[in-house]
Amino acid sequence: MRKATTDTLPAEGGLGNEPLLAVEDLHVEFHTRPGIVRAVNGVSYSLNPGETLAVLGESGSGKSVTAQAIMGILDMPPARVPKGEIRFRGTDLLKLSDEARTQVRGQRIAMIFQDALSALNPVFTVGWQISEMFRVHRGMNKRDSVKKAIELMDRVRIPAARQRVNDYPHQFSGGMRQRIMIAMSIALDPEVLIADEPTTALDVTVQAQIMELLAELQRESNMGMILITHDLGVVADVADKIAVMYGGRIVENAPVHDIYASPAHPYTKGLLESIPRVDLKGQDLYAIKGLPPNLLDMPTGCAFHPRCPYRQDNCVTDTPPLYEISGTRGSACHYWREVLDGDQG
Amino acid sequence: MATKGERILEVRDLVKHFPLNQGIVFKRQIGAIKAVDGVSFDLDRGETLGIVGESGCGKSTLAKVLMALERPTSGSVMIDGKDIGRARGGELKRMRRNIQMVMQDPYTSLNPRMTVGDIIGEPYDIHTEVAPKGDRRRKVQELLEVVGLNPDHINRYPHQFSGGQRQRIGIARGLALQPEIIVCDEPVSALDVSIQAQVINLLERLQNEFDLAYIFIAHDLSVVRHISDRVAVMYLGKIVELGKDTEIYDKPAHPYTQALLSAVPVPDPEGREQRERIILQGDPPSPANPPSGCRFRTRCWKAQEICAEEEPLLQIREGTAHESACHFAETHDVVHVG
Repeated sequence: MRKATTDTLPAEGGLGNEPLLAVEDLHVEFHTRPGIVRAVNGVSYSLNPGETLAVLGESGSGKSVTAQAIMGILDMPPARVPKGEIRFRGTDLLKLSDEARTQVRGQRIAMIFQDALSALNPVFTVGWQISEMFRVHRGMNKRDSVKKAIELMDRVRIPAARQRVNDYPHQFSGGMRQRIMIAMSIALDPEVLIADEPTTALDVTVQAQIMELLAELQRESNMGMILITHDLGVVADVADKIAVMYGGRIVENAPVHDIYASPAHPYTKGLLESIPRVDLKGQDLYAIKGLPPNLLDMPTGCAFHPRCPYRQDNCVTDTPPLYEISGTRGSACHYWREVLDGDQG
Repeated sequence: MATKGERILEVRDLVKHFPLNQGIVFKRQIGAIKAVDGVSFDLDRGETLGIVGESGCGKSTLAKVLMALERPTSGSVMIDGKDIGRARGGELKRMRRNIQMVMQDPYTSLNPRMTVGDIIGEPYDIHTEVAPKGDRRRKVQELLEVVGLNPDHINRYPHQFSGGQRQRIGIARGLALQPEIIVCDEPVSALDVSIQAQVINLLERLQNEFDLAYIFIAHDLSVVRHISDRVAVMYLGKIVELGKDTEIYDKPAHPYTQALLSAVPVPDPEGREQRERIILQGDPPSPANPPSGCRFRTRCWKAQEICAEEEPLLQIREGTAHESACHFAETHDVVHVG
């Protein structure tokens, strides 16, 4: 079944009550030889201008697949989106024609990847790769586009941009390469920036530089940012709100202060108790027992039940919906009240 | 056998330079990568020394030299009073029994064509005196049980295990010869957060059970704080600060340590606006051509003329209780708010 497509581009200007980006009940599955892998099972989140949403999860939780679906860079097939909406300024991106989608991708929603070395083309200079954005999308000539590339390299604080514009990716350090990636992603002033583990491959001091740069760029342009990460520390530093993913679902969402002060899902609680902290000594590390679920063979009911200390009989049979705790918080646990109380006690 | 608290590893002025050659037919040396450049420390039985530093600071080269996988350019690595760097043949083999390694990546450090039993039992092929042939299978099963794996899985292959389980296999292999020292090079950095805690807890339990001494190399300062008794901070081939974990984390004296600690994100949004952050500019210089004097001076906000002229030695300085290599060392808590 193929959905009707439209060429109408998302509107510009004011937003009204509509969030900048809203993912509604998104499902993504991959048809592979051993069977159907349901990587994303009904994910919903929204993002407003100037806001930072952190999507937290371990490998296989579906956090990157959701982002790739928003960007429209999933390989289809094997991937399929059987259900769901991705509304950008009120327009469902999944219903757009390929051409209209290309207009959005990179220009209005941009993405930074984890591994800058493999995301950059080794046989072209970085200046050429950055300026390509302006030639392809803005129809600029070579001279003007390179001038813009140098401006951008300055803006992401690459020292001696004018001298380095003709260097190749391998001549830059890891942190500088990530800056080049950021320069490319912000080149066309996107409204949404998706950063997929932007600092995971970097040293802590460089990580601090990059996160500071991203925060500054966000302040300047009021972009909405989706930060995909597994690092609870980075999230606590920069996020406004958090969506925790497990087994292709959002298990908890909340404003950043609430989730660290009193998690409402056993998985979030376990994660927070399992990480060592640089400012504390002698704490006992709680280890979540067992392993993340196999996506080919998901547990019945709540996907977390085999590892959960709060498990009751109905967790094995009934999949918990995302219960509303307050206007801004939700937890996909039948026993979220007990989890919240246990934390206080 | 040595008793608790006794010194079992002494590293003195350890240097490892990798030559940089030019020319194909007539090779000549045009310089050297100074990966490890004068490192000294001790390790006691049952103790954990954490080594932290950014990529390129020489911490993995240090691990290789300790394991005698690389010969030191100069300096000594004394294990129970004997220098492993100069040992050869049978003597080296005997010494290696005493120091084993756990690698970073559990996906590439296990041979995919060998069963778990063969992987863990392989050290016994080399050191036949530890376990007679008929006894090996039982020993391997014991080891599997010790690291929390099912002994019945002895005939499985690595791909049948998850990342955390594979790291347990790597740890079991490290334990096989009953070493006194285990060098862990980034043992949890390839694992998911919920699995990291399992492996860290396992390493701590094994330490108590077998009185092991760990050299724990990692770039994650929170993990190192959790597991270490003492911590060494490395920058460009040298130790810039060395002391008890509480000294290093709560009263860091070297500017680099302070910058490093302030950059670590704390998983607690309370007071995130008040936290002090020292953002270092630029990247570390090349270890082929380190700056004169203090190596950190090119990125240091305290640098004066003396820093370029005179190299600061690693010693206890005024107002601090542990060793640091800075002319202007001054303790300053950057981790805690308020």
